[in-house]
Order: sequence, then structure tokens, then C-alpha cells
Amino acid sequence: MNIWQSSSTRRSWGRDDPALLLPLLCALLLVLLVLAVSLGSVRVPLGDTLSFFLGEEVPQSSWRILRYVRLPRVIAALLAGAALSVSGTVLQAVLSNPLAGPNIIGINAGSGFFVLAASLLFPGRWDVVPLAAFFGGLLACGIIYALAVGTGASRITIVLAGVAVSGFFGAGSDAITVLVPDTWMGANTFLVGGFSGVTAESIRFALWYVLGGLLLALLLSHDLNILALGEETARSLGLSVGLCRLLFVLTAAVLAGGAVSLGGLLGFVGLIVPHAARFLAGEDNRVLIPAAALLGASFVVGCDLLSRLIFAPYELPVGILLNFLGAPFFLWLLFRERRRRTR
Amino acid sequence: MSETSILSLRGLTGGYRGEAVVKDLTLELPRGEITAILGPNGCGKSTLLRLCARLLEPMSGEILLEGRPIRTIPRRELARMVSVLPQGRPVSAIPVESLVAHGRFPYLGYPRRMTGRDREKVEEALTLAGVAEYRRRSVAELSGGQRQKVWFAMALAQDTPLVLLDEPATYLDLNHQLELMELISLLRSRGKTVAAVLHDLPQALEWAGHILVMEEGRLAGEGTPEEIFRRGILDRVFGLTCRRLTVDGQERYFFTKEKRDRA
Repeated sequence: MNIWQSSSTRRSWGRDDPALLLPLLCALLLVLLVLAVSLGSVRVPLGDTLSFFLGEEVPQSSWRILRYVRLPRVIAALLAGAALSVSGTVLQAVLSNPLAGPNIIGINAGSGFFVLAASLLFPGRWDVVPLAAFFGGLLACGIIYALAVGTGASRITIVLAGVAVSGFFGAGSDAITVLVPDTWMGANTFLVGGFSGVTAESIRFALWYVLGGLLLALLLSHDLNILALGEETARSLGLSVGLCRLLFVLTAAVLAGGAVSLGGLLGFVGLIVPHAARFLAGEDNRVLIPAAALLGASFVVGCDLLSRLIFAPYELPVGILLNFLGAPFFLWLLFRERRRRTR
Repeated sequence: MSETSILSLRGLTGGYRGEAVVKDLTLELPRGEITAILGPNGCGKSTLLRLCARLLEPMSGEILLEGRPIRTIPRRELARMVSVLPQGRPVSAIPVESLVAHGRFPYLGYPRRMTGRDREKVEEALTLAGVAEYRRRSVAELSGGQRQKVWFAMALAQDTPLVLLDEPATYLDLNHQLELMELISLLRSRGKTVAAVLHDLPQALEWAGHILVMEEGRLAGEGTPEEIFRRGILDRVFGLTCRRLTVDGQERYFFTKEKRDRA
């Protein structure tokens, strides 16, 4: 009994006091941002970084690194992290499946394939990239969604279907990289996922997809709470369930598409962070969604920083680090799910 | 609009995948009364409720709510007229008071802010249903009986003139069952109309003012408990013998099954 009570106090922490949780997460993100901008193969003095952010005079050498290398990279990591986390949170709620995540159900793979195809057909067009990523993600998401809602497939079946969808699109991506090794996107880093090639030019368009998706998710967060009560209850409370689900699937695809155009196929962020955020913030999506966005941004910025520092001056694409962290977590979730079912 | 009935069904047929479960029903729900819907398993009771709440579209026929065809009423408006407690819901890990507050959703405009009146209704529902003491606990941690009362509180907060309940008392222990029946008659005393699918025949006869008996998707009989008892409708439909006793000045019903001849 006591265990339950303590867990309920812990879970309600964010709900009772979102006024405390969200600023804390903001502060965490800010600290990580400053560190991530300063540290790397070339170390920019912290003082220079702070002056840079405050708009003060900075030595030319530092300014160049900050403005053209670090800042775009960190912004891309921030946006991709927030986008994938919120996409995962929305998907888990819409499919009422804790195992759902943009990489698990094949959205990442779909976006990736479309991006590579677009980079073949329209080289140099940064505006086409996020659009292609969005449609690829939407296609994968549509397949899974039709399966989940149309057939009432179980949670595990959805995951298996995701394996199939990922496999299919992954094969498409592999075909492109084998046949045309030198695509304009740089297929290798793209498939692994990382931010080493990010420039101001490459984030200019994807930025709007992510911001739009985040805004949509925030505006619809209350309706997501209603949807989570189950289809019948939601309908009897006057929610247009079909329209709402469609909007959420679109939101998830926009966000995942934006993230893929920024950082390639980053795995597991959209799975881990929603769970961590739920642990801190509770189930109320009005708090959970901003918390997931902040936590996801911090997580990816932090991991990207680590991946630059571990083997400095060489760097590990952050996607590798994320997979090392994410895969065991996913296994743990699977076993927990199994325990729940057999209980 | 009829004074005496809130909901009328006209030749209502409905079911799943083209197969009719409810067949050509024509009936009225009396206003301000508790109507119990009885019948053997699979006779279409739950399907009838789902049709009335527009969780399922009919195959033919019509449902009139306050004289208006139900399919022409926008969903949000409908949710302010009819609340429904369906069977079997996903377990949510949200606090009790948040769940009950969701009952006010049909009244919230964008951006979904609750007014003082909404909050009052939620408080009232929490108190009436007797769940205020564990308002901050997660619904997932509660027992089945407590959980059912919480969902009931949500329907109370929805504050609709018509309340539909699908086997609200099933799987509850007797104490919780009786508490729930008392809540239902409290709703009635506040001028609401209640229609409930019930499993416990004696309870239905004792608490309801109007009884609908269904058999294989059709109406086998309707009337006051007294009429149902006198005409022996339940005896016929369920293959039981219904008896009545007066205990402490109150009529009690019980059912027996004829024992087969063992010789």
C-alpha cells in the first residue's frame, strides 16, 4: 500500500506543481545549451559563449565557430529532440500503446527513405527535404494506424508491423545508398543520425515544421487527454474522435519529419523521453507535452555533446549513442509489458 | 416533443457488420423515471444503449431525443443531453478529480478552460458519488467498486437530463451494488431520466419504475415492475419462476428455477 502511495505522490508532483517542473526543465536545457555551444573539438571559452548570447563583443575566431558551426548544430539537436519526444508522446496516446515511438512503428524509416529519394531527385533543395520527410512519415504512420484501428491489433502486433514497415522503407534507403553512394545528403551520417553536417541553411525550412508541430500538439493537448479515456468515452463526451485522431497522426508525422530532416534517423528518443517525461509530469498532456519537449531537447543536446566529447577530437554520430541507450530501454519496456499482461 | 417521454425509438434496427442485433424496436423512455433494461445475454441490451448514445449508427429506424432525430444533433450538444457509462474502459492513471472534471468537456469552448460553474459541478459530483476523499489518488490504484463510482461521478459532472448505464453494478460486491443503486435513485429524485442495463433481476424490479424486457433483439414486454411480474414476462423469457414476498412492508422479488425430475 505504501509503495503505491509514494508512487502516486511522485507521479502527481508535476501535475500539482507544473509551475515548478517546467521552469526546472527550462533551466536544465539552458545550461546544456551553453555547455554544448562552448565545448567540442575546439573549446570556446565559456565567457565568450555567454557574451555571444548576450549580444556583446566576442573575438572573431570564437564568433565564427559559434555562429556557423555550434549554434546551428545545437539548435538542430534541440529541435529534433523536442520534435521526436512530442511525436512519441502523441503516438503513444493516440495508439494507446506505450511501446509506440516514431522509430518503432516505422515513421523514421519512412521519412528517411523519402528524404533520400528527394535528395536524388532534387539535389540541393533544402525546402523539399522536410516536406518529403513529412509525407514519408505520414505514409508509414497511416499504414500502422489503419492496422491498429481497423483490425484492433494488439500492442505487440503493432510493434511487429512496425518492424515490417521499417524493413521495407529501410530496404529502399539501402538500395539508394548502394546504387548512388554519393547522394547530396551524405547518406551515411543521415542513416545513423547525427548533427555534424548541420548548417544554418539546412535547418531553415525544417525549423517551421517542428515549431508548427509543437504548437499543434500544445493546442490539442486537452483533447488528447479526452482521447486517452478510450474511444467510446471520448465520443460520448462530444469529441469528434475520427477528426481528432487524424490531426494527431498528422502532428506526429510533421514532427518526426522535421526531426528526420534535421538529424537523420535518430532512434529511440521518441520512445525513451515520453516515458521519462510521464514519470516526472504525470499523465496530463497539458503538462506532459511541454515537459516532453523540454526533456527531449535537453536529452538530445546532451547526448550530442557527449558524442563530441567521448572520443574528442573525433566524434561519434549521436545516433549511435542513442541506440546504445535506447535499445536496452526498449527491451525493458517489452518485458514490463509482458509482465503486465500475464499478471 | 412529448411531455411524458424523453427518448423515442421508431422501428430501430442496428447491429454490427450488417447483422442486426436490435430488431425493429419501437418504444419510449418515460421522462424522469428509472428504466431497467433486462434480458438474457446477447439479447441486444448493450447494443440498444450504444445506439441511444449514438456510439453506433442504426441500420434503419430512428431515435428521437426530445423530439429531435438524434443523428441531426451535433456531438457536443448531444453530450450535454446524454451521458453514458459504457462497459469496459481502459484504465487511466490520472487522478480521480481530473477524470471527473473531464465530464465537463462538452461544456468547454476553446481553449478548454473551466469556469466557476464547471468547478462547482465537479465538486458536487465528487461529493455525491462519495469519491471526494480519494480525489488525488490515481484511478489505476482504486478497487473495481471505487473505480466504478469515479466513472459514475464523471457522468454526474456531465449533468445531462438523460443518463445511460451499461451494467453499472456488475462485478461489484453487494455493498457497492446497493450504493450504486442508491446513487441512481438520487439521480432520479433530481429529475434525471436513467436507463440502465441491469443483470440482477430482483434489484431491477425493486429499484426501477419502468422495465423493458428484451429477447433476441426484440421487445418481449414493458411496463411497471408490477405489470411485468403479473404478466409473468420474466418467467417466460428467462425460464425462471418469479416470486414476491413482502418484507418489512416492502415488496421483494426472488427467482427460482424448477428442478429437473431426478427419478
